[in-house]
Amino acid sequence: MTVPDSKQPANFSFAVREAHRPAWAVFGERTLTGLIYLCGISAIVFVLSIFVFVFKEAAPVLFGGKFSLAQFLFSTEWYPTSEVNKRYGVLAMIVGTFSVTGVAMVIAVPFGLGAAIYISEFCGPKVKETLKIVIELLAAIPSVVWGFIGLTVMSKLIVQYTGAPVGVNILNGGIILALMSVPIIVSIGEDALKAVPDSFREAGIALGATRWQLIWRVLMPAAKNGLLAAVLLGVGRGVGETMAVLMATGHAVHIPSGILDSVRTLTANIAAELGEAPAGSDHYRVLFLTGVLLFTLTFAVNLIADLIVRGIRKK
Amino acid sequence: MKTNKTTKWGACLGAVAFLAASLILTGCGGGGDKPAAEKKAVIQNKGSDTMVNLAQAWAEEYKKVVPSVEIEVSGGGSGVGIAALVKGTIDIANASRDMKKEEIEQAKKNTGKEPKEVIVGYDALAVYVHKDNPITEISVEQLADIYAEGGKALKWSDLGVTMPGGKDEIIRVSRQSSSGTYEFFREHVLNKKDFKLGSRDMNGSKEVVELVAGTVGAIGYSGMGYNEPGKVKMLKVASKKGEPAVEPSVANTLSKKYPIARSLNLYTLGEPTGDVAAYIHWILTDAGQKVVEATGYVPLPPEARKK
Repeated sequence: MTVPDSKQPANFSFAVREAHRPAWAVFGERTLTGLIYLCGISAIVFVLSIFVFVFKEAAPVLFGGKFSLAQFLFSTEWYPTSEVNKRYGVLAMIVGTFSVTGVAMVIAVPFGLGAAIYISEFCGPKVKETLKIVIELLAAIPSVVWGFIGLTVMSKLIVQYTGAPVGVNILNGGIILALMSVPIIVSIGEDALKAVPDSFREAGIALGATRWQLIWRVLMPAAKNGLLAAVLLGVGRGVGETMAVLMATGHAVHIPSGILDSVRTLTANIAAELGEAPAGSDHYRVLFLTGVLLFTLTFAVNLIADLIVRGIRKK
Repeated sequence: MKTNKTTKWGACLGAVAFLAASLILTGCGGGGDKPAAEKKAVIQNKGSDTMVNLAQAWAEEYKKVVPSVEIEVSGGGSGVGIAALVKGTIDIANASRDMKKEEIEQAKKNTGKEPKEVIVGYDALAVYVHKDNPITEISVEQLADIYAEGGKALKWSDLGVTMPGGKDEIIRVSRQSSSGTYEFFREHVLNKKDFKLGSRDMNGSKEVVELVAGTVGAIGYSGMGYNEPGKVKMLKVASKKGEPAVEPSVANTLSKKYPIARSLNLYTLGEPTGDVAAYIHWILTDAGQKVVEATGYVPLPPEARKK
């Protein structure tokens, strides 16, 4: 097919319909529209493909008959390579994931939001630039380095100051995860506060509000969606982090009896065991099922947060 | 307007198909990239964490003897190495346990070749405790009591040991399930019973020794090559209660007096050829066995070596 040039358009009915524009221009525009549309939906395509792939790998064991989903969810006995009685229960790891993430959030949310408020509302421009650069640097540290710090430095400090029998435990993993999620909470939280129009601040000050009242009663409610998103991304980082928790939590399968006890998380378990599980074996499929479970958990967290935000909005 | 919409959907559908295709392609491409060992003279070597230091020392030493051959060593555990060999992605798998029947069957099915085993040295699986722990010897039954599911020993006082500073809880340090050491321990100490849940499962032989060195109440098992005198203590092990406990030493391993000694193996697919055969032959000579001794393991007795 030859491309008609702009001097002789009339022969193509195609070009006539399209308001006398040359065909190549119309074609180019449509291609671009298609490409941009594709970029827009690519996130959906990727998420769906990943979910389908993970679910496809897990499905045979789920519908195989001898596997019990209740045992998978509510048993603490994880013996994937046993020679006498293979048992696949991940309850201890679910508890482990939530306890480590919970401790991390208890530490990271006040620190992160506090830092975001300070950077956005209180400090001068010079301090602000320095702080932002340093916090971004904190986000750039690879997770295996964090894990190493947890294993070597933190564990000794924890044994020394708390008298715990072993230094790799929930507290260690929680502190490491908190340090990893603070930068995310700070930068997104700060953006959310910055997005509140200055007229809100001016109105507050004009009404005689103190800085505390201004932040607590005006800025925080106005920026609540952004702040909640910041906290949720922090939670996501905590649930999804693998290497650092693998090294810092002690990797022990049991229900912890306290904050100074070792645990294993769902992600760390997948990372440690997928390499050797023979492809297609029950163990391999159960590990993929653990992946589906992680997917479902994060989806539930996001959904609940979304509903909360909607609820607040209605009031 | 109508044509516009159809094109849009067409482009979108095409793109989805393209993405799906690329996903499938990348998904399937993983298994087939077997390196051409003969052409580039690269030997891919993977497996046991117990042997990773040893394999690296061999690779470095061999480079001085035959500079044209590059040996790439990685760890991950015996199970990881054997799994890679079964898929045909590596040339030599290191294993601190024997290959299982199912693994041999799978290797035959996948590659059409039978795995060949070469014993390249021995290891006394050492039991480590913190240097401040007063205990000096332990029996295999006591180890099973500590580690096995249903075992009763939870505190050091259950074994009649008084710990300094009241750290009475036994902190069990174990390995992840892809480890050959883990499987060897389960088979020979726990009698194929399962491990008690709640042990700290480390990802490497060195991590076990490090955690024991930093934790007063800990006990762990690892290769004798990872001993760090002054930080941890290797226990003497008795095969039964009442029998004399034996030190994990070179002599006791070769004479089989030490109850939990094992062989260190290399596996290849079929009879090794070319560079791989030459490398394995070199490992079995005096020069290769000297490296075994230098890394803290037990070399083959002189009559089993090659010239």
